[in-house]
Amino acid sequence: MTTVSVKVNGKAVSSEVEDRTLLVQLLRENLRLTGTHVGCDTSQCGACVVHVDGRAVKSCTLLAVQADGAEIVTIEGLAVNGELHPMQAAFHENHGLQCGFCTPGMIMTAVDMVYRLGNDIDEKTVRHELEGNLCRCTGYHNIVKAIRDGAQRMTP
Amino acid sequence: MYETHYHRAKDLAEAAKLFAEGSDSRYLSGGQTLLPTMKQRLAAPSDVIDLTLIPELKGITGGSEMVTIGAATTHFEVANSEVVKANIPGLAELAATIGDPAVRHRGTMGGSLANNDPAADYPAAVLGLGATIHTTKRTIAAEAYFTGLFTTALEEGEIVTKVAFPVPAKSAYMKFRNPASRYAMAGVFVARMKDGKIRVGVTGAGNRGAYRSASMENALWVSFSPDALNGIEVDPADMLSDLHGSAVYRANLVKVMAKRAVAQIA
Repeated sequence: MTTVSVKVNGKAVSSEVEDRTLLVQLLRENLRLTGTHVGCDTSQCGACVVHVDGRAVKSCTLLAVQADGAEIVTIEGLAVNGELHPMQAAFHENHGLQCGFCTPGMIMTAVDMVYRLGNDIDEKTVRHELEGNLCRCTGYHNIVKAIRDGAQRMTP
Repeated sequence: MYETHYHRAKDLAEAAKLFAEGSDSRYLSGGQTLLPTMKQRLAAPSDVIDLTLIPELKGITGGSEMVTIGAATTHFEVANSEVVKANIPGLAELAATIGDPAVRHRGTMGGSLANNDPAADYPAAVLGLGATIHTTKRTIAAEAYFTGLFTTALEEGEIVTKVAFPVPAKSAYMKFRNPASRYAMAGVFVARMKDGKIRVGVTGAGNRGAYRSASMENALWVSFSPDALNGIEVDPADMLSDLHGSAVYRANLVKVMAKRAVAQIA
């Protein structure tokens, strides 16, 4: 077992893990942050996307021990004082989800997209940027709409 | 995933030592191929040695003659590097098409080249630009580096440290993605070097992995235009064939992608 120390949603935590433990398992099983989902076994679906040191990554494709010392933000870390993050609010208001399973990963990818590309992102770019996030309900239309709306709402 | 032991190497000497100590060690860079493979239990290394925190594997340097990229540089960093964008925009554009944004934030050039997946993008650029692979033991020319599907000239324990790309006059990369997996079914990197020589690197299609196309290079040397490739025959016997596309289909794709790449820079 190895001790992993990370900062998750602003809070420093340490946890004992096997070296083969994936970051998503640390988050879900050790820290009980079950908002981060596992939708596939093959690193394709993006339901597990979190931010590690400010960049969107697939937490199922990173060992927990690799993240030692990192700052991690999960879907649970976006809302402040019970108020939804602008991207979460935009998904809510634009009905940017159907079953909701892919939503945490979609939102974490969307926020990262705005960090990198700014507040004005055209539809084609949003669709291209969502290459690593699969919605099995195929509800992409409103997801794209929500991301463009959420991008506008986020403070530049 | 089977049990494994994780080690973080602080320098190349320590990485080599840790590698030698394990009974079945694997180096870990971005992990975007190795970890999915381990999750599927298709790989079960006793030890994984993380190379990504070794300072000399990081960073991009160079200018108008040569651009050198550290092996642990991520695809995202290559795609957004001012040095790469200014000098070899075709390479930055290629890097921006690898995988998806989350994969590009982790995956590295060295990891991609050490793995040599026949559908990987970087091999086309390494061959198409005539890059030199620097390792912990030697330097290897692009042509001598790729030796077959998932195989390279790297010896046991040898680490890719950086890749030096000669700056071309112009270059472009075009790929046809598998509509589902988005991996290249054919990807062609075309470069017109400063001395006028033409280089063409092909990935995703060849049944022995990425390769240089001498026939296309010769045709483009005579006339650098898409039409110059009209008479070129890509032999289906040299192509991969699977449920995603037959050898004949891929042979045609190689030609079409090559023409599109030439059209972009002609």
